[in-house]
Amino acid sequence: MAHRAAQEIAPGSVVNLGIGLPTLVADVLPPDADVWLQSENGLLGMGPFPHEGEEDPQLINAGKQTVTLVPGASTFDSATSFAMIRGGHVDLAIMGAMQVAPNGDLANWSVPGGRTIGVGGAMDLAAGARRLVVVMRHQARDGSHKLVTTCTYPLTALGVVSRIITELGVFDPAEHHFSVVELAPGVTLGEVEARTGAPTR
Amino acid sequence: MARTTKEVGSVVEALKDLEDGACIMVSGFGLSGNPEALIEGVLAGGKRGLTLISNNAGSIGEGLATWLRAGIVARVICSYVGNNEDLQRAMDDGTVEVQITPQGTFVERMRAAGAGIPAFYTPTGVGTLMAKGKETRIFDGRSFLLEHALHADFALIRAHRADPFGNVRFYRTSQNFAPAMASAARITVVEAEEVVDLGDIDADDVHLPGAFVQRVVHVPEHRDLIEIRTTRSAGT
Repeated sequence: MAHRAAQEIAPGSVVNLGIGLPTLVADVLPPDADVWLQSENGLLGMGPFPHEGEEDPQLINAGKQTVTLVPGASTFDSATSFAMIRGGHVDLAIMGAMQVAPNGDLANWSVPGGRTIGVGGAMDLAAGARRLVVVMRHQARDGSHKLVTTCTYPLTALGVVSRIITELGVFDPAEHHFSVVELAPGVTLGEVEARTGAPTR
Repeated sequence: MARTTKEVGSVVEALKDLEDGACIMVSGFGLSGNPEALIEGVLAGGKRGLTLISNNAGSIGEGLATWLRAGIVARVICSYVGNNEDLQRAMDDGTVEVQITPQGTFVERMRAAGAGIPAFYTPTGVGTLMAKGKETRIFDGRSFLLEHALHADFALIRAHRADPFGNVRFYRTSQNFAPAMASAARITVVEAEEVVDLGDIDADDVHLPGAFVQRVVHVPEHRDLIEIRTTRSAGT
């Protein structure tokens, strides 16, 4: 999934990777990848994790992990960071999700009756990034659908998802159904249909 | 003629007029870039019923979570709760009122307050729970939410370097919410690792001009706890 998601990154683009599965995308990028990773706590040009002993407590990503800077990186305040995000200067956001609907609606910050985690920068990124790609497991741990006709969990943003990458393939929201862009090796359309909560073709 | 200095001799003096029920903004992202001495100073000062405006309101029992444990906070405005068990517990018990705000809206509300703008429209949160009770307006066919400026009595911020006028330079990602908070509060206290003479921070290198700062306190040593230590060898 991470490798497939990395293919969505156009050369020279500014990309924000969400916490969780999307973070794995950074690991599959080559060290000299032509990409500027943005972190909403105020960093553009995020590098790999530091070598042991070189961690800087004042250089972290939005997941609060210690990180490094690449040559050409910049650090700035949160208002500038969210101007970058909300103002459409982030080319691509890759996020995890709990539910996605064919109209592009996204739910990824709160489960009804669950613990309150908070929203962080997810709503701003979802509303502001020029393109939003979701990377997630095709179904929840309990087997429930995550690709659904209508999101029933609290929404993060309306009509924002351009593409969904799961272990079963690549899918695009197409208003009333999910359009199959690619199937993962060995996966059949029948299997996808059985594991998807909305029409898929 | 000698210029007035904003440097004060102690944390106690920097917080001298902080009263019960004060509204306090505190910079930092989780435990990174915290004004540690000022956080301890407020706790030691014994004032209660505080409104805390902070992105995370502490974490893993440290930083601002010590305020929650001490029961001196009545209300929190933040964007993320995450692994802050103390905030989670306070919410569940109903002892602290918590308002969760999208992070970009959170900082923009403070930026607006500091810039003399009472409210603004943002695309963030349209059609979500965040839109409840808020005015929506359409510009060029797209919906936006009206959000209001967020002011405070105090902003407690961490700086790498400051001078006696309150010019500030930050370090790496510890800048985060500090400039917006400094502009939005009536009294901004800077906790600086270094205090240098006027002119020692080049004019082009000032991140936050002194007009936004009321007090500077020199605190050379910090614990600077790392919440999630990730390294290249161990990283996944």
